[in-house]
Amino acid sequence: MPDRPLKVLIAKPGLDGHDRGAKVLARGLRDEGFEVVYTGLRQTPEMVVTAALQEDVDVVGLSILSGAHMTLVPKVCRLLREQGIDDVLVVVGGIIPDDDVAALKEAGVAATFGPGTTIGEVAEFLRSNAKPRG
Amino acid sequence: MIPADPDALAQAALGGDRRALARILTAVENRTPAAEAALRILYPKAGRAHLVGITGPPGSGKSTLVSAIIANAREAGRAVGVVAVAPSSPITGGALLGDRVRMQSYAGDSSVFIRSMAARGHAGGLAPTSTAAAAVLDACGFDLVLLETVGTGQSEVEVAAAADTTVVLEAPEMGDEVQAIKAGLLEVADIVVVNKGDRPGAQRTASQLRAMLVGSGRVGRREGSNDRPRPKEPEVLVTTATTGDGVPELMAALARHRQGRPSGADDPTRRARAAAQVWAILGDRVRAELEGGSRVATTEAVIREVAEHRLDPFGAADRLLATLRTGGQ
Ligand SMILES: Nc1nc2c(ncn2[C@@H]2O[C@H](COP(=O)(O)OP(=O)(O)O)[C@@H](O)[C@H]2O)c(=O)[nH]1
Ligand SMILES: [Mg+2]
Repeated sequence: MPDRPLKVLIAKPGLDGHDRGAKVLARGLRDEGFEVVYTGLRQTPEMVVTAALQEDVDVVGLSILSGAHMTLVPKVCRLLREQGIDDVLVVVGGIIPDDDVAALKEAGVAATFGPGTTIGEVAEFLRSNAKPRG
Repeated sequence: MIPADPDALAQAALGGDRRALARILTAVENRTPAAEAALRILYPKAGRAHLVGITGPPGSGKSTLVSAIIANAREAGRAVGVVAVAPSSPITGGALLGDRVRMQSYAGDSSVFIRSMAARGHAGGLAPTSTAAAAVLDACGFDLVLLETVGTGQSEVEVAAAADTTVVLEAPEMGDEVQAIKAGLLEVADIVVVNKGDRPGAQRTASQLRAMLVGSGRVGRREGSNDRPRPKEPEVLVTTATTGDGVPELMAALARHRQGRPSGADDPTRRARAAAQVWAILGDRVRAELEGGSRVATTEAVIREVAEHRLDPFGAADRLLATLRTGGQ
């Protein structure tokens, strides 16, 4: 279907002050042909969900290095559901221990990407799994 | 769940459903039949908002200023919609939409709605999409609609076509002279803002711009879809978007510019915008008629004759128009 690009929100919830990884991913996905909305550092779950709603994205990508993924990610997933946003693909990038991955998937996350993942792999996963809006 | 049916979607958006509004904007961006169906319902409800275009070079502070304008407008109790357009890569079709980074999010405030859009290299340019997106926000009750675009080349003319008031941003010049390239941008300005007023040279840049703009106001310029008459020379203001300094003065200038215009269809800007929309749609419709259904074979044959130089393109157009008039084959 995509004669139009998939739209991806790259958000950096939490308090850690590094967004180099998120920016590299945002630029990399742009170069892979995605429309990437980047919102910057220190986003609360409410801000992430507001951006996802207003931008009507196909994918919400959360980049979390702070270790706070077990609180932030389920909260984003819950708020998305509360807003009725049930057709968006949620993925998480960061250092996620194997034990947590299952719990995140339970919460509604489609995939987690660890530090070794290439942008090509992320792009491929999104293309095969995201449902374009509209 | 949001309704899939465009009529229901439009009604939901009018009723305040922000997700329905977002989905209509997606349809507008994708130029789908659903967008047309929704716009038929929404357009008659629009026409009340002040549509303000904000353009200028990358890094001049447009998004930061948009954020400061939102803060001021919210204090005054106005609802604000924003459309921030960023370029698409002509090669991959991808785009990095980063304007939200500089805009406060207003999560939980349903009177602020911010939408990023990739320019996507549409045939017919950016104006049809931004005009339609602005109309959708207008219909959904946003009193102030801000359109941010990067002012490089054609896009500033496009925002000017979609806006009631066009603000052109400049950053202070470090050199001696305001660059000549600014001329194209200044052509479309109703208000010129020198942002980064905290930087050295801001006041001097403003004075140079005022000197350049003396006598630039004119009435009754050439007719044309993107061409707007500018009755007065633009005001030049200085702002510091990061602190909000000068923003109340900008709000006052925006209000003055709006009040100075004739209302409704007497406003040449609105008339030009309406004409541009109708002509664009009419062009699409004519083409769709000729490329679809029973006429496609004739159209193909006529184009072939032109390719073979057995028919000139003017004669071809006449002949195709004639097939529309007779209503068949
Ligand atoms: N010193 C100063 N920096 C500013 C001002 N307004 C914006 N900036 C900075 O200029 C950079 C570009 O701003 P942005 O709003 O993204 O510009 P845009 O590309 O025109 O949208 C950012 O680092 C802003 O913080 C200002 O009034 N003063
Ligand atoms: Mg910007």
